[in-house]
Amino acid sequence: MPPLTPAVRMGVSIALAVGVYGISFGALSVAAGLSIAQTIALSALMFTGGSQFAFVGVVGGGGSFPAALAASSLLGLRNGVYGVGLDGMLHPRGLAKVLYAHLTIDESMATASAQDSVDEQRRGFFTAGVGVFITWNLFTALGAFVGAGVDAKQFGLDGAAVAAFAGLLWPRLKDADAWATAALCGVVTALLVPAVPPGIPIVVAGGVAFALASWQHRRSA
Amino acid sequence: MTAWLWVLGACLISFLIKLAGYLAPDSLVDSPMMRRASASITVGLLTSLVVTNAFASGQRLELDARVAALVAAIIALKLKAPYIVVVLVGALVAGLARMAGMP
Repeated sequence: MPPLTPAVRMGVSIALAVGVYGISFGALSVAAGLSIAQTIALSALMFTGGSQFAFVGVVGGGGSFPAALAASSLLGLRNGVYGVGLDGMLHPRGLAKVLYAHLTIDESMATASAQDSVDEQRRGFFTAGVGVFITWNLFTALGAFVGAGVDAKQFGLDGAAVAAFAGLLWPRLKDADAWATAALCGVVTALLVPAVPPGIPIVVAGGVAFALASWQHRRSA
Repeated sequence: MTAWLWVLGACLISFLIKLAGYLAPDSLVDSPMMRRASASITVGLLTSLVVTNAFASGQRLELDARVAALVAAIIALKLKAPYIVVVLVGALVAGLARMAGMP
């Protein structure tokens, strides 16, 4: 057991919270027409909630499998960016990179980057990454088996997902530049939702944030 | 069977995207511009995920119980509630709002 440091506490809290909406993914995936085994495979092997929701959302909405794959992949691009940041932060070597890569998700990135020392960053990354892997897969399986029996909306699980993302965003709104980025990306997303397929507004928002960061960087240089 | 191929293919691509970040050259990683861009992109994507999860139903924007959950979560965050409390407040308020008749 690692010592109960602030990073470990945060990681454990996040892992427990995420489990709550793992049920929602499992139930929604089976409702979308995927089998229980496929649903469990997505959580174990894809292991990035946003992409998984996008994949089953497209399938459930009548979209094709290629469209579902495109949506999940585009939504997963941010994990590549997280990987760049985490590689610079934690410096894994050799085959360890494979393990780090699989555990790279919103929650492990957010928990690691909220810490000040490298040791705490690494503890945060692993506690959140492994913790979420355990709860996410357990509750996915539970949700898939309970399946159509649970009314995800009646239990407010979609509200839990909203709150979970808001809780991950909040600590990162540290200065005026971050607020400006959030405001612009929020507006861009709302404008794009009716115009383009699900998943695309999120990727475009990432591009807008990148462009804004370039401009902010040049301005401050 | 075809479904399995697409599911596993999508899983493989997601993993390779994650791994690509770790294999990118160090010169890219350590620039101040890259650190700023990474922080900024994270804020942009998380904001976008909040907006889509709160307001989007497919390609429609809708005001339903999820908005009540978002407002309640922001209040909880302002009151410095722990993360798990924020999430539970979101679920509770969405459930209550639906019981009160919101779609």
